[in-house]
Amino acid sequence: MRDRHAIIAALIVFFVVLTFPIWYARAAGTTSRGPEPKLPETEKTCVMPVEYMRASHMKLLLTWRDDVVRRNVRTWIAPDGKSYKASLSGTCLRCHANKAEFCDRCHTYAGVTPYCWECHVDPASIKGSGT
Amino acid sequence: MSFSRRAFLGAAGLSALGLTGKAAIDAFALQPPHEPASTPAGTRWAMVIDPKKCLEAGDCTACLDACHRTHNVPAIDNRAHEVKWIWKESFEHAFPSLQTDYPPDALRDKPVMVLCNHCDNPPCVRVCPTQATWKRSDGIVMMDWHRCIGCRYCVAACPYGSRSFNWSDPRPSIAQITPDFPTRSKGVVEKCTFCEERIARDEPPACVAACHAKALVFGNLNDPESDVRSLLRSHFTLRRKPELGTRPAIYYIV
Ligand code: HEC
Ligand code: HEC
Ligand code: HEC
Repeated sequence: MRDRHAIIAALIVFFVVLTFPIWYARAAGTTSRGPEPKLPETEKTCVMPVEYMRASHMKLLLTWRDDVVRRNVRTWIAPDGKSYKASLSGTCLRCHANKAEFCDRCHTYAGVTPYCWECHVDPASIKGSGT
Repeated sequence: MSFSRRAFLGAAGLSALGLTGKAAIDAFALQPPHEPASTPAGTRWAMVIDPKKCLEAGDCTACLDACHRTHNVPAIDNRAHEVKWIWKESFEHAFPSLQTDYPPDALRDKPVMVLCNHCDNPPCVRVCPTQATWKRSDGIVMMDWHRCIGCRYCVAACPYGSRSFNWSDPRPSIAQITPDFPTRSKGVVEKCTFCEERIARDEPPACVAACHAKALVFGNLNDPESDVRSLLRSHFTLRRKPELGTRPAIYYIV
């Protein structure tokens, strides 16, 4: 049993490597439960049923984009008859005012980086700066 | 056989000429320099600019400031990289084809406001490979920033310098970002859109609304009672580089 110390040390290393994903997730602050986007507190419903929004919000945004820019139609009528101004910063971010804890949290989790924010402005991001 | 080879070739040549001659002559014929106005029915947005009224206001930059603030236009000092929607150009540069060496003192070497001409026959639209720029039925030469691939054909095609390319991220050069209108990004072309987003709300373009001197007048060219038409009736006006056949919708009172 001259190798006892070496075996125990190797077992500890093995155990640490085996459980690495758990430690890593702890350190990175991610959970296995999902992104948990922070929902608006004052509003109850989105512009479309939440299942549709979860899966297809990007398609809706592209419809809005083409309506406004290419068809000069600035109002979008939801299936339930409510009408909204078709605007990314003006409408989505009015309810989902906390972009960082809503859109970004989910996108970071899913590993998508929409390039929209190179041009579209998150109103909350410029409130502090300037006047 | 009395029909010799020589006669056959002659007849063949003559009939070929007869078949194709008209098309060939048409192809080489000069286009008429001034095609009649062919504006479609309905609304045709246009602007009449009175440079003298503008000059009376001195060093005023109200229209420039309003436009740049509304649309997050960056202020870049480097002339090779600057972004322009509406700007001042010397009278001689704005109207290089004026057939006189002696323009009136009131305008000689003086700045005039220039912007996208929203041409009836826009060369930028013809060259755009992605239809990122197109002509709307109300005359506005519109731009879809989402579809622009940054090829800069339109920048080269525009004879008025009305299109600018973003050589770098414009945001650091915007003093105060307005969240209501998106900025642009590196690698995208931009230009004046006649404030189509304001027109949609029945508001005049930002430059027109900001001009205290009423030197910029905006309206519907197809409405004989509009302000622009009444100015055109009562004043002699010029358009920039008319010989190119682009048929601008911006008129200048001289
Ligand atoms: C009227 C306020 C309002 C507007 C405008 C709005 N949302 Fe929502 N959104 C909500 C609310 C409230 C929920 C939560 C609904 C629920 O849980 O039933 C939600 C849910 C969502 C979800 C699903 C989140 C999850 O739980 O998985 C997405 C994605 C979303 N919204 C995106 C958007 C986008 C994109 C826009 C703009 C096109 C937009 N929303 C506009 C209020 C709004
Ligand atoms: C429930 C999670 C979730 C929330 C909340 C969410 N997104 Fe997304 N979003 C996604 C996922 C997942 C994708 C990628 C889908 C794919 O690639 O098929 C995506 C893709 C997109 C895209 C397309 C990106 C691309 O490159 O094609 C846009 C645009 C977008 N989201 C905008 C938003 C905006 C704006 C908000 C906040 C108002 C938001 N999303 C909130 C999950 C979410
Ligand atoms: C190169 C800059 C740029 C990028 C990148 C960009 N946009 Fe836009 N977008 C604009 C501009 C400029 C407008 C015109 C606004 C107007 O005419 O009122 C616009 C308009 C829109 C509109 C309608 C008006 C509004 O205020 O929202 C929507 C919706 C939209 N874009 C969605 C998107 C989405 C989704 C993405 C990312 C997938 C995106 N855009 C990326 C520049 C950009």
